[in-house]
Amino acid sequence: MKILVCISHVPDTTSKINFTEEDTKFDTNGVQFVINPNDEFGLTRAMWFKEKQGASVDVVNVGGPETEPTLRKSLAIGADNAIRVNANPTDGFYVAKQLAKVVQDGGYDLVIAGRESIDYNGGMVPGMLAALIDANFVNTCIGLEIEGETVTAIREIDGGKETSKTSLPLVIGGQKGLVEESDLRIPNMRGIMMARKKPLNVVEPVEASEETKAQKFEKPVPKGEVTLIPADDVGKLVDLLHNEAKAI
Amino acid sequence: MSVLVYTENEEGKFKKAAFEVASYAKEIANMLGTSVTAVTFNATDSAELGTYGVDKVLEVKDDKLTTFTAKAYADAIGQAAKKEGASVVVVSSSADSKFLAPMLAVHLDAGYVSNVVALPESSTPFVVKRTAFTNKAFSLTEISTECKILGLSNNAFGLKESEDAATVESFTPELTDADFAVSVTSVDKATDQVSIADAEVVVSGGRGLKGPENWGMIEDLASVLGAATACSKPVSDMGWRPHGEHVGQTGKPVASNLYIAVGISGAIQHLAGINASKTKVVINNDPEAPFFKAADYGIVGDAFEVVPQLIEKLKEFKANNA
Ligand SMILES: Cc1cc2nc3c(=O)[nH]c(=O)nc-3n(C[C@H](O)[C@H](O)[C@H](O)COP(=O)(O)OP(=O)(O)OC[C@H]3O[C@@H](n4cnc5c(N)ncnc54)[C@H](O)[C@@H]3O)c2cc1C
Repeated sequence: MKILVCISHVPDTTSKINFTEEDTKFDTNGVQFVINPNDEFGLTRAMWFKEKQGASVDVVNVGGPETEPTLRKSLAIGADNAIRVNANPTDGFYVAKQLAKVVQDGGYDLVIAGRESIDYNGGMVPGMLAALIDANFVNTCIGLEIEGETVTAIREIDGGKETSKTSLPLVIGGQKGLVEESDLRIPNMRGIMMARKKPLNVVEPVEASEETKAQKFEKPVPKGEVTLIPADDVGKLVDLLHNEAKAI
Repeated sequence: MSVLVYTENEEGKFKKAAFEVASYAKEIANMLGTSVTAVTFNATDSAELGTYGVDKVLEVKDDKLTTFTAKAYADAIGQAAKKEGASVVVVSSSADSKFLAPMLAVHLDAGYVSNVVALPESSTPFVVKRTAFTNKAFSLTEISTECKILGLSNNAFGLKESEDAATVESFTPELTDADFAVSVTSVDKATDQVSIADAEVVVSGGRGLKGPENWGMIEDLASVLGAATACSKPVSDMGWRPHGEHVGQTGKPVASNLYIAVGISGAIQHLAGINASKTKVVINNDPEAPFFKAADYGIVGDAFEVVPQLIEKLKEFKANNA
């Protein structure tokens, strides 16, 4: 089985979010970039397939040279090859088009992407990719088993979960649950050394238009001071929630 | 030209989100000078959508579509959009809508924007406000395609009743076996509970509750408020609560009217998930807990004393305001 894991290069979850150029660009100053958490669960699940059932695992990112450390980290975790599509990822559709080309050229059976990347939260790349390459698709995937031709996938739904059967080729939008947090791997020295020797192929993008464009960013209006209520006067909270906040 | 909405139901009965997308679509239709068409799948009373501004309903009745099947639904909605010449398609932010929307976008060559929180700022160019960076910011996003798909955030717009009546037409989409290549074999859902996505009120517990055996009071508080229960990440990691309840950057976003956090410190990753909630209440015994900076109302105190009292007071309030 040939697996491709899509890796989004995103600001670490503790990052302060700021904008420059009159609020049109994300300010990367002082920001640490990491593998998108949803993708990290997917990458770990891919390693499981590789080790337990036999599979090759490639990782791909659509981005500039600045994303290579994130791809190298994926190689250090155990991926075999990395591909960087040398383009600025403008919108979800553009990224999905680039990935579709990589999947078609590489003949992958299974593509594991994250449910969404934690920067722009578009939540569209995996589904668009599946539609573009005519593969089956399961979103918010929290469980995946593959036996020969048969795929069993579990997805999170509002208020529960759902199990379905399908077949390869398949794209999933994965998240926590695909593997436990405790199964996530931190690259060790050997992995890091080996990653240096593994191929990181840079390919040029295919022509594709963007359909959406972030014109401007805004930050939420800063909040006023908290109203503290004494612990022995809980009734006051109920009163404020009703009369002031109109929340109950 | 029209505005098309996908209106979700559960066992035939419309979800609140269905009325919300309908209300929102009506406003857009007014902006564009057009009408609203809804697509329903096996809904019991499609005409009910008229109350929320829908002019026409394309009613699909098909046993094969009893269980949500993303591709089949996306294809059916796509065919409806083409038939109606829809310039805008509105869906919700439910797990199902987020599942089908990107496939629908490819089907219709439409630009898709998720997590939309307000009416378009302008229609030419078409610019909408959405949340980004897990609610740490907003993005004003322009959609340049002829047809546009908007995924409306839950509780972002509210309901608007209207006097209109909807006409109901039956609609039979052309579906193939490929639409059912992902087939649902079982659904495991707590039917008596409010889900986080639909909830107007969410009561959430953190590590401060010490253990799963103490969740009874969180459930009681949720039950008086008709709320959904949620938790912080370590709580679900330790298996005290199911993964589906974990709120935050790596969990679920919550956009409720009221969010009550009990024994949660307010780490940045947790706050990212709840920024979009309107009123935030924090109960924590540590006055230095960062959550107090993000809250509207706070009680510095022991959850084991405060929460039972709060439940009592809310019961009294309900009895007096029934
Ligand atoms: C990559 C990454 C992603 C993450 N994503 C998320 C996420 O999506 N969601 C999330 O929640 N976290 C996330 N986290 C974890 C986050 O950083 C915090 O560790 C977590 O939110 C803390 O949970 P907590 O507040 O329940 O526990 P704690 O930090 O242990 O805080 C418990 C609180 O309870 C209070 N308390 C204790 N006893 C009582 C009592 N008797 N009465 C009242 N109060 C009491 C304490 O004062 C304390 O403030 C993420 C972390 C990382 C690294």
